[in-house]
Amino acid sequence: MTHRIRCFFVLLLVCCAPGLCLAQAAESLDAASQARYHALIAELRCVVCQNRSIAESDAPLAGDLRHVVERQIRAGQSNAAIKRYLVDRYGDWILYDPPWQRSTVLLWTGPFLLLAIGALLIAALMRRERSVPSEATIKVGRDDHGDRLGQILADDRANRSEPKQ
Amino acid sequence: MRWRVVVPVAVLIALVGLLGYGLTRDPHTLPSAYLNRAAPTLALPSLADETQAVRLADMAGRVTLVNVWASWCVACRSEVSELAELSETTDIPVVGIDYKDTRDEASRWLRRFGNPYARIAFDESGSTGIDWGISGVPETFVIGRDGQIKDKIVGPVTAEVRRKRLVPLIEQLKAES
Repeated sequence: MTHRIRCFFVLLLVCCAPGLCLAQAAESLDAASQARYHALIAELRCVVCQNRSIAESDAPLAGDLRHVVERQIRAGQSNAAIKRYLVDRYGDWILYDPPWQRSTVLLWTGPFLLLAIGALLIAALMRRERSVPSEATIKVGRDDHGDRLGQILADDRANRSEPKQ
Repeated sequence: MRWRVVVPVAVLIALVGLLGYGLTRDPHTLPSAYLNRAAPTLALPSLADETQAVRLADMAGRVTLVNVWASWCVACRSEVSELAELSETTDIPVVGIDYKDTRDEASRWLRRFGNPYARIAFDESGSTGIDWGISGVPETFVIGRDGQIKDKIVGPVTAEVRRKRLVPLIEQLKAES
């Protein structure tokens, strides 16, 4: 039994090893550089498994790119310079936070445009809704269907003062 | 109230059209950041002879194909015959970049599947691969006479890609002086 448990822990360690390696990659950097390293690799997109950052990805190329970032931090490059280096090679695509430029205008404004269209639609619908009862009342009222109907409509109009205004 | 019917149907058709168009695009094919820009430096030891260097500059003035491959890359096997035929019919050199490989395995691979390359650069660390902005193997670049990257094929070169995309482009580039 204890042997099994030991086996389990060994297995657990083996499974965790890649994660340990990830963390170790930048261990020799000083604290500030390490913080920069971790922030940067979380902002860069893995070009192989496209919905992960290079911090999360196990792809060999993501590992290589982490090394590139680490080397450049060691060489004293600024964040902007490191990003420019990678954008030069892989395009804006590698940034999870794409810059504001002509090709990304729709990307950045799209959600707000959709929100505005939705708001306009709702406003238009609400205005129609509000105008519907009075239109109906006027129509029926004009039709002259006898005194009883006129009476009911008059009562009705008197009761609902709110929607008409 | 006809617009009550027309507008939702129009929106639906537009949406279906947009999503349908989205399906025809391959998200794995990234546009090369280098398109119509000077190709990055290629200066690596030769695969066959460590003491010799392979440089893209050696090809200056010629339309050239640069193909990134590796012996561990299964898809690369299928494009060997296409590259060989392309090189032969259009009379342009194919420069290979052997990406993250070992010399032994690469040599064995070339003997087994054929060697369509005029020169092969040996990129053991993969750093030249990063310089060229590759996201996987194989990738193929078309270099113009001016040393600029004119096109990039992600994935193996198939007979269709060769005939419809590469041959016309290469002939056009060769015609330019």
